[in-house]
Amino acid sequence: MKYLCLVYLDERRLDEVPDRECMACGDALRASGHMVAGEALEGVHTATTVRVRNGKVAVTDGPFAETKEQLAGFYMIDARDLNEAIQIASKIPPARVGSIEVRPVRQLDVARGLEPAHVSHAGAP
Amino acid sequence: MTEAAAAVETVYRAESRRVFATLVRMLGDFDLAEEALHDAFRAALEQWPREGVPANPRAWLVSAGRFKAIDGIRRNRRFTPLDDVAELVEAIPDERAEIDAEGIEDDRLRLIFTCCHPALALDAQVALTLREVCGLTTEEIARAFLSAAPTLAQRIVRAKTKIRDARIPYEVPEPRERAERLDAVLRVIYLVFNEGYSASSGDSVTRVDLSAEAIRIGRLLVQLLPDPEADGLLALMLLQESRRAARTSADGEIVVLDEQDRTRWNRDQIAEGSALVERSLASRRIGPYALQAAIAAVHANAATAADTDWAEIVGLYDVLMRLAPSSVVELNRAVAVAMRDGPAAGVALIEALLARGELDEYHLAHAARADLYRRLGRADDARAAYERALALARQAPERRFLARRLAALPQ
Repeated sequence: MKYLCLVYLDERRLDEVPDRECMACGDALRASGHMVAGEALEGVHTATTVRVRNGKVAVTDGPFAETKEQLAGFYMIDARDLNEAIQIASKIPPARVGSIEVRPVRQLDVARGLEPAHVSHAGAP
Repeated sequence: MTEAAAAVETVYRAESRRVFATLVRMLGDFDLAEEALHDAFRAALEQWPREGVPANPRAWLVSAGRFKAIDGIRRNRRFTPLDDVAELVEAIPDERAEIDAEGIEDDRLRLIFTCCHPALALDAQVALTLREVCGLTTEEIARAFLSAAPTLAQRIVRAKTKIRDARIPYEVPEPRERAERLDAVLRVIYLVFNEGYSASSGDSVTRVDLSAEAIRIGRLLVQLLPDPEADGLLALMLLQESRRAARTSADGEIVVLDEQDRTRWNRDQIAEGSALVERSLASRRIGPYALQAAIAAVHANAATAADTDWAEIVGLYDVLMRLAPSSVVELNRAVAVAMRDGPAAGVALIEALLARGELDEYHLAHAARADLYRRLGRADDARAAYERALALARQAPERRFLARRLAALPQ
């Protein structure tokens, strides 16, 4: 199952995570077969946010939200289950300085969004 | 009731959670497993009167549950793509390979670790554990926590949804993650215990005894996963529970430790708890629960309040402060120091704590301070401290206790 690991970091602490460590991490994940994709991102000062409202394209400078920790990169991994994904995420170097959000990838469903809202997980616990 | 129906009920009480745990593993889904469990027991009620109670009731029930579940999946195939049905059924393990004693033991451990997974919110871990490990109903859990049943139901549904959607696996953690994951389990158990510990005894007729449930899970854990901290937690709970009859008066008023009638302490629980403490400390992997239990054991084994070995208790707090420092531990240590060295020594420590800005909103810090001032004859300081404690205390019995202490001060 695919999981996205979103790497969040306070940019002032970037020096604590040297690039060569991140490269080594990527290599290790490729060697173990867990890596699907992964990239580091340029700093948040290069971010641009795009929204389309009422047919109009609105472009603003900066990330979608101002937070202390900002998105610094991502890894898309293939893992057996959440436990394995957590193990992998904990070895991503920025984890010791920032936060890694781990979220499963969802298969798009051609029928979803077309029919009336269908409560799929309702029912007594 | 017929003999067979009585047998089914006995088996239900003794084995239903174990059967459930195995079905969760086989079927990979809590809700499917629950339906399968009910179907299995329904089948037992129908067949055991005719065929007699089976030699291995648990195995029979697991087999029946599994059969009914597969049957159900096949019958619902109209709503599920054919590929998925085949896949679902194939994923269910062959029953011959699965039904052995060891497999079933581990299943309850798998269940505990899954319900207490750190990826779930803490209140969800608590609700899920009580529901799936203890078999309490949603209504019983809601009443025990004084919450609304729909809120609790939603919490449980969300937790199961996360388990399914994020694919939280149903397994006992690997050794390298075991310590952290066990911490999460112990935390849930102790939370449940404390919720029961502070519950008002008046409602106990209709409310499930959470302390008893916590001890039950604690026992199961010790049985399935020998570990010094699991021992330590069970010991701590037993030792605290042993004082239950003595800690409230007939009118429901608080009786403090040094005034309790020690003949009302449960000696069996004290013996069991003390033995567990020794076993835990002997392992030389000493943890915070074991230390707190050791402190409780010193109290429990003192014949009278005056016989309490306060020096030993202070020593144990010293170790606890090194291992798991916290302001509350520091406060409790200060109280013990006051008993060993006199009130002035204790006051100095508590005042230093408060001066650092810690525990200013904690009523017990001010209550402890007040008591020491009282013993030092500093009535005005005692009065101010009791008043502060009263302003912060929320539970009625505690408030009444503090009010009594306040009123008893010399004018």
